[in-house]
Amino acid sequence: MKFYGLIDGSEKSLIHFLGTLSGVDQTGADSRAATLATRSIKTTSKRFAIDLVISMVDLTTLEGADTPEKVRALCAKAVRPDPSDLTVPSVGAICVYNDMVSIARAQLDLLGGNHIPVAAVATAFPSGRASMAVKMQDTEDAISAGAGEIDMVIDRGAFLSGRYMEVFEEIRTIREICGERAHLKVILETGELVTYDNVRRASFLAMLAGADFIKTSTGKVAPAATASVVLVMLEAVRDFYQMTERRIGVKPAGGIRTTKDAIKQLVLVKETAGPEWLTPSLFRIGASSLLNDLLMQRMKMRTGYYTSPNYVTID
Amino acid sequence: MRTFEYAPALESRSIVTIGSEYGHFINGSFTKGRNHFPTLDPSTEEILSQIALGSVDEVDAAVDSARVAYESIWSKMSGRDRGKYLYRIARIMQERAREFAVLESLDNGKPIRESRDVDVPLAAAHFFYHAGWADKLDYAGLGDSPHPHGVAGQIIPWNFPLLMLSWKIAPALAAGNTVVLKPAETTSLTALLFAQVCQQAELPAGVVNIVTGNGQTGAALVNHPGIDKIAFTGSTEVGKAIARAIAPTSIKATLELGGKAANIVFDDAPIDECVEGIVNGIFFNQGHVCCAGSRLLLQENIADEVLAKLKVRMAKIRVGNPLDKNTDLGAINSQEQLNKIHELSNAGDAEGAERWSPECELPGRGYWFRPTIFTGVTQAHRIAQEEIFGPVLSVFTFRTPDEAIEKANNTPYGLSAGIWSEKGSKILWASQKLKAGVIWANTFNKFDPASPFGGYKESGWGREGGRHGLMAYLRGSEVGVENE
Repeated sequence: MKFYGLIDGSEKSLIHFLGTLSGVDQTGADSRAATLATRSIKTTSKRFAIDLVISMVDLTTLEGADTPEKVRALCAKAVRPDPSDLTVPSVGAICVYNDMVSIARAQLDLLGGNHIPVAAVATAFPSGRASMAVKMQDTEDAISAGAGEIDMVIDRGAFLSGRYMEVFEEIRTIREICGERAHLKVILETGELVTYDNVRRASFLAMLAGADFIKTSTGKVAPAATASVVLVMLEAVRDFYQMTERRIGVKPAGGIRTTKDAIKQLVLVKETAGPEWLTPSLFRIGASSLLNDLLMQRMKMRTGYYTSPNYVTID
Repeated sequence: MRTFEYAPALESRSIVTIGSEYGHFINGSFTKGRNHFPTLDPSTEEILSQIALGSVDEVDAAVDSARVAYESIWSKMSGRDRGKYLYRIARIMQERAREFAVLESLDNGKPIRESRDVDVPLAAAHFFYHAGWADKLDYAGLGDSPHPHGVAGQIIPWNFPLLMLSWKIAPALAAGNTVVLKPAETTSLTALLFAQVCQQAELPAGVVNIVTGNGQTGAALVNHPGIDKIAFTGSTEVGKAIARAIAPTSIKATLELGGKAANIVFDDAPIDECVEGIVNGIFFNQGHVCCAGSRLLLQENIADEVLAKLKVRMAKIRVGNPLDKNTDLGAINSQEQLNKIHELSNAGDAEGAERWSPECELPGRGYWFRPTIFTGVTQAHRIAQEEIFGPVLSVFTFRTPDEAIEKANNTPYGLSAGIWSEKGSKILWASQKLKAGVIWANTFNKFDPASPFGGYKESGWGREGGRHGLMAYLRGSEVGVENE
């Protein structure tokens, strides 16, 4: 059914639907997130969590200084994060700019990482300030170059000025370009939406417009993936599933650098959306330096002592 | 492990040293004590130690010691110096926080997450807060020359043993009184550890005396002629008995008694946070909370949605070993209390309310009760009127805001209430109409030493905490002319 039968696609029905969503009390959401952050994850749970998180990492490089060699090195890391221990799973995806997609795809295929998708940031990432034609072309380029996942940004200016239909149409258009060829992740840039009411509203708007995933941030704006924001988004996908029986994924990105932070994310998922979301097809973590901390913690659990960072490859 | 489960994360109990037997703390040192009775870990029924049963003689000795300390030292000491001792106690409590938390969870059955993050930090905060008042009493608008009463007799309950001790002792000492405190029969251990803290802080002997025992020990304290002021937290039944006992005397009293708080959810509430608030309102501390939100009033048009979400959330409550850092709901404090919870819940079934609990495995030994809600409850049910003091929530619906207020106030109690709405004007309107001493808006069970706490109607007399709480420990502050 179009738009899951929740709206008819008109501006009026969209605005009405968003108006029916209950508000989010900021203090309450923060305090729930803080309580869940006290969960203590030890021994067998920690070991399991580390491997699960590794398989959920969207290993990312989004720098102006990215080069083909840098991207190839990252791909090698993605396929075999720890060359000395082949029981370490591959990461969830590689996330790069549009022009690096073909290089990444070729390198992954070369190294036996055919199963690892390349995600491309698109639609004038990170600001989203370009014409629709440019955004469409940006997306088409990435998919043609082999991107299996599109991480698009929304026009936060349009959202903040109340032009919800514009944002909705923008996502729909990109959704159509992706079609069956690519998964669509919609970046809300919650650090610019600021209030949790906005985060909840934008989450539903993106899901209605056809997002496969909702993603917190570009990584270029602080604050990024705070525990509270992820909590609010997980509540949104849980509620959306209740309404539609369709599970939408969540991707926090930005600021998650340690194993501890990442495991806290798993706790949020487990106790908010539920254990069904604890799979790379429904939960990803956008990160770069996180992977090395996970590997060091994994070595520590195996050997009983912390190794020097020199034993972990820097890429 | 094929899914992400939490492995046991036990807080080590090696930090606490529990003696095999305890006496009373009188005049700065521990007595031998007589007629010992066991104190249990309610989560395992393991005997932790033997506690002395305080007799009339021992109460007598404690009151004498408090009187001497009052006359000779404490009433003559400057406020600044009294404050110094209170600060010292507060700091030691912080330093020994983990010890207090583990001991509290062992003796009471509450989850370590709560004793560690709520009880012990708040207890220390009460000492810090009142330490600051000690040298400012003359300038705080409490009358032109406020004086302490003298010797305060204090009786505290088993639900927050250390925290209730702090609520009682900190303001009493700050105002210049000396105290005799009787902890609850089932939870004396943290009070006895606090006695050690008093020694460590070099608090002058006799300023704090602790006599352990049962209700008869408490009665001996209440009826002792050497007491100038009574502070009691506990059941309304005992509170009424105390009020009768002191009616012909000049003894001042503050009473913190029972409650049956309404937690009112309007249809414009922030639903997810409200569900958290409902859970925190009734399942915090196993529902052993006098201000627990034990009556949930849902606006009828959102009742199904809220209940569905509440049930999903309740299924995630982790019941089990109080010392596991991931436990949300611990053990019921005693067999007696468990019996009472069963009795009232069974009455709920018998009167036709519908009981629901999530599936959860309970440990084989110890005192346990699943988190439970009753729907289809009306005002005429016992579970609507009587305080259950356990993890049992009675759910009602209402159609209009006026009806909500009417139902909320239809109780002999009036300790606390909760309001959930995103509309500020509605919150202000409702909080003016509700007859309750504490009203939380879009939150529940939040405490702060600066905020006065106390009840309307049969929930008690007077306030504890804040400037209002301090007033209860001073003469001259009520009328301003009672100076001597």
